[in-house]
Amino acid sequence: MVHDPFKDSASGKTLSAPPSPSDYMKDSVFRSFAYLCALSIILLLAYIVFELGSQALPAIKEHGLGFITGTTWDTNQNEFGVLPEIWGTLYSSLLALLIGGGLGVAIAIFLTQGFMHAKIEVMFRTIIELLAAIPSVVYGLWGIYVLIPLIRPAAHWLHETFGWFPLFSTDLSGPGLAPAALVLAIMILPTVAAISADAFRRIPYKVKEAAYGMGATKWEVILKVMLPTASSGILAGLVLGFGRALGETMALAMLIGNVNDISVSLFAPANTLASLLASTFPEAGEIEIQALMYASLVLLLITFVVNVAGLAVQQYTMRKFEGKK
Amino acid sequence: MNMQAETGEFIAKKYEPKGPVVLDCYVKNIYYGDFRAVRDTTIPVEKNKVTGFIGPSGCGKSTVLRSMNRMNDLIDSFRFEGHIQYHDHDIYSKKVDAVIVRRYIGMVFQLPNPFSMSIYDNVAFGLRLNGYKGDEEEMVVKALKRAAIWNDVKDKLKNSGLSLSGGQQQRLCIARAIATEPDVLLMDEPCSALDPIATRQIEELMVELKQHYSVALVTHNMQQAMRVADVTAFLGVDISNGGRTGYLVEMDDTKKIFEDPQQLLTKQYVRGEFS
Repeated sequence: MVHDPFKDSASGKTLSAPPSPSDYMKDSVFRSFAYLCALSIILLLAYIVFELGSQALPAIKEHGLGFITGTTWDTNQNEFGVLPEIWGTLYSSLLALLIGGGLGVAIAIFLTQGFMHAKIEVMFRTIIELLAAIPSVVYGLWGIYVLIPLIRPAAHWLHETFGWFPLFSTDLSGPGLAPAALVLAIMILPTVAAISADAFRRIPYKVKEAAYGMGATKWEVILKVMLPTASSGILAGLVLGFGRALGETMALAMLIGNVNDISVSLFAPANTLASLLASTFPEAGEIEIQALMYASLVLLLITFVVNVAGLAVQQYTMRKFEGKK
Repeated sequence: MNMQAETGEFIAKKYEPKGPVVLDCYVKNIYYGDFRAVRDTTIPVEKNKVTGFIGPSGCGKSTVLRSMNRMNDLIDSFRFEGHIQYHDHDIYSKKVDAVIVRRYIGMVFQLPNPFSMSIYDNVAFGLRLNGYKGDEEEMVVKALKRAAIWNDVKDKLKNSGLSLSGGQQQRLCIARAIATEPDVLLMDEPCSALDPIATRQIEELMVELKQHYSVALVTHNMQQAMRVADVTAFLGVDISNGGRTGYLVEMDDTKKIFEDPQQLLTKQYVRGEFS
């Protein structure tokens, strides 16, 4: 029985009644279910980290931090280092973020700020969402057969003309950082565009009205008012996109060249952690698998750090622009 | 009683302005798509006066006010017939850019709508937009003081405008609108989110503003119209023919509207006999 202290003293004619015992029960059942779901995610993550850690333990013991600073990956000499892969992962992802992020935000603005008729807007949105549905192996093939031949003349010209500039210091011989980063950019573009467009759509109409009311031009409204207002949402999109770029495997394994070199040149072949894992696993022996587990721990750590940093920046902008604690 | 020749619709007796007119507003029709929102409304906004707009909900007073700086242009289906003369130029002329209109004719909205930026930047927004070359900080402080919010925010100008309470946000928006000292200020129920003390301060601001500028004020609060408006326009709603079309019923000196209205509708409305 539900305890109702007001029943006797309230007017006899009131229709107010306490929730029934079954109402309370539904509440607690639903609450337990929600807690269980949340807990299972945490447990799953913990289990993955634990499992990876225990399998990587022998490699961690043997190589220690030298694994992160080492630059060779040689099974025969039992020498494993992933610095080139870390460099390649971060470099390719940052390039992709620069290109895909910029384009994604621009597309989001284009889609939401009344530049075109509503029907064309829907069409554009669908096309961009379709980009996210293309399997990554298809992107890889497209990169090999279309993109690399396409950018090769331009890359060659850049190298010939501006070869003294570190970014263009090598020629593009086929796979390399530039095609990999370009494909990555296309792959993260739908994520960034969709989340940023949502952030723009969430801005109340009255804000836009206020901006126009001050006598701002369309450009000023978008740049000075809409963009800062949407910034925390845009950042969320960028962080998700960056996370996707860090972990992307198949397309990169096909396009980046899988060469353990550290080079600033956009056209040099490189390697990433995910692509190292994908291309080495099938033929790896026991010792090498332990090293690969260590490498995947490093990748997990990088993704984690990036997400936490992104969250921190996002909360900073929320505090700064929206006054939220 | 005046009637429109073709349709037999009521037309208010024309108000004869006693001083120079800054915004000569003649609305023949305002449509949203097929919906006729306002008809036959002539409201001259006089220089250095507060012109009040009163009337029941849906009478189109906000629509007319928003037409005065082309805010309604943001709505695709909006169509304006008539003219609004601002210093001898029709603001609805094709040659006139709505952006420029809004720089001279500022607006305060009914709901607070500060930008996602610091309190200081909110107020400086208009100054920067207009390329103000003088002492920006001085103008920001002045605007905040006039909008009766300086004491609330003087220690936290760097905080977000959105961190303030609703009433404070509204005063911030008023500060933002008056920082550039627009020639005409349109205020759409600016005090509906404010407590009586802040309301009083904003009313004093309106009276102060009219020394140099002109104010058009939409209000649901008849006491407010009596306190600050020099001239008052009363708009009614015509629900004949199944529509809801607003129109001007009567416009005159505020005292006259409230004490000796000529139209029965006005009399009933100011006495609170219908709303």
